[in-house]
Amino acid sequence: MRELALHILDIAENSTRAGARRIEMGMEEDREADLLTLEISDDGVGMDPETMSKALDPFYTTKKVRRVGLGLPMLAQAAERTGGRLTLVSEPGRGTQLKVSFGLTHLDRQPLGDLPGVIATLIAGNPDIAFTYRHRRGDRVFELKTEELKRELGDVPINHIEVLKYIRQSVKDGLHDIASEA
Amino acid sequence: MAKITIEDLKKIKERVHAETALRDGRLRVKVTVHMGTCGIASGAKEVMDALLREIEEAGVTDVAVTTSGCMGLCSREPLVTVEVVNQEPIKYEYMNPNKMRQVFKRHILEGEIQVPFVLARGAETQR
Repeated sequence: MRELALHILDIAENSTRAGARRIEMGMEEDREADLLTLEISDDGVGMDPETMSKALDPFYTTKKVRRVGLGLPMLAQAAERTGGRLTLVSEPGRGTQLKVSFGLTHLDRQPLGDLPGVIATLIAGNPDIAFTYRHRRGDRVFELKTEELKRELGDVPINHIEVLKYIRQSVKDGLHDIASEA
Repeated sequence: MAKITIEDLKKIKERVHAETALRDGRLRVKVTVHMGTCGIASGAKEVMDALLREIEEAGVTDVAVTTSGCMGLCSREPLVTVEVVNQEPIKYEYMNPNKMRQVFKRHILEGEIQVPFVLARGAETQR
């Protein structure tokens, strides 16, 4: 995986399969500390301590169809090679919170990539989940909440192609407006 | 929130209402893009982008798009399943944006299964 956006897609898809109804994604660019921090939290089934201790092991997975689980280990590796780290907090029945930091200007940091496309893909595939994406850069913030959009849309489904096109454009505009460097 | 204005969403709502008034609202095809780690790493998101763009350009409203997890055939990703109502599902393997466009135009719109890309027919069942 070459873009942070694809990692976000991967982790959020994990949350959907953990039965989450709400998924919050937060990205913060801290130029002073030279850090880029991504947080993803969900209200899915959560993990017990034993599962969590193995979550970063590439040869551990809860799936029965294959014997490797590379999503989290690849994200941890992408963070560590920029001087960052990945931490997980989880409890059965209380969801999972993931926090991962990167060296913002580190040469090996993966670019943010096609975040608008990732948000559109997540909403297209999971229209019933409440997604929040918040991107902070200094005192500038861009936020997208599917619950707010749904209120305005009424009986028009949020995964309607016209709405998805609109969401994609608004994320693109939003990141441009806050002058994101990620 | 940046630039998503209530006015814009209202316009979309009006357009969608006008178009649904002209049809019965039923879906004819469901397309599933497999979005596990393996799928994403081998280009499933780009396949999804191509599919959404085709639907947008064709202006069709009876095609539903969804995502699913890994089904264990990681080496054949990206995988896409096309289910036309009352027909058995078709699983396509090694997909990319070009193949997705071809499957959309020939299979989803015209009903002609794109045999060279087919991995399997039928639903996944365990025996």
